Amino acid sequence: MSDLKNVFDIAGRSMAAEMVRLNTVASNIANAGARAGSAEEAFRPLRPVFQSVFEGGLRNAERATVDVLKVVELDREPQRVHEPGHPLADEEGFVYVAAVDTNEEMVDMLEASRHYQNNLEVVTTLRTLMMRTVDMGKS
Amino acid sequence: MNALKEHISFQASALSLRERRNTMLASNIANASTPGYKARDMDFEREMSRQVGESPVSTTKARHLDSLAGTGGDAVQYRQPLNPSLDGNTVELSVEQMEFSENTLRYMTTLTFLNRRISGLMTAIRGE
Repeated sequence: MSDLKNVFDIAGRSMAAEMVRLNTVASNIANAGARAGSAEEAFRPLRPVFQSVFEGGLRNAERATVDVLKVVELDREPQRVHEPGHPLADEEGFVYVAAVDTNEEMVDMLEASRHYQNNLEVVTTLRTLMMRTVDMGKS
Repeated sequence: MNALKEHISFQASALSLRERRNTMLASNIANASTPGYKARDMDFEREMSRQVGESPVSTTKARHLDSLAGTGGDAVQYRQPLNPSLDGNTVELSVEQMEFSENTLRYMTTLTFLNRRISGLMTAIRGE
């Protein structure tokens, strides 16, 4: 685990975490409505688990960023739909549709992209400040 | 040499404090979607007066107690949320962004003051 030295570490790792979140949302939306032959094989929505990382591991540290602890599958039962004509249907003619709530995923996607933008804005602003500080005393 | 240092030391410590606060606000914004994260902020005025060794209450005798001494002197505090969220996260983006932009502006102001002081010194050194 690398240490947190400056704002580039802080915002960079947070952006990486938001990117993981965006990727899981993309996977979930891509698999919305996907059918499988049994409940076990059906796709389950993925969710990243975020965890704060404090500088030096101390909870009262001044610098903190976020890491993805793990990506978990949500325990949602796939929908059992009667589609006898489907090539994957079981003996009784049922297929199992992935339990992805597209609205929920869209909200998650918007939130993740807003946070990504915020972090990027922070980096851009602070980079400008740093560049001006480097030029201190020249003008 | 000490006089030169004293000439710019106040603005210099203000600049480094502003930078510290900027990093803290950046940490808050970075953790905007982490469940259970508690936003933190620094009481700039208090930390500044602690650094320059001034207390908000002026003391006239050496035996007077320093008003900052008994309070632990820690200017870094947890933020009180206006609308607490269910997941225990106390970062409110509107608040953090406003504080961040204000702090950025104040950093730039301090930097300008510092530049003016330095150019004033340069003029004095050159004697033009």
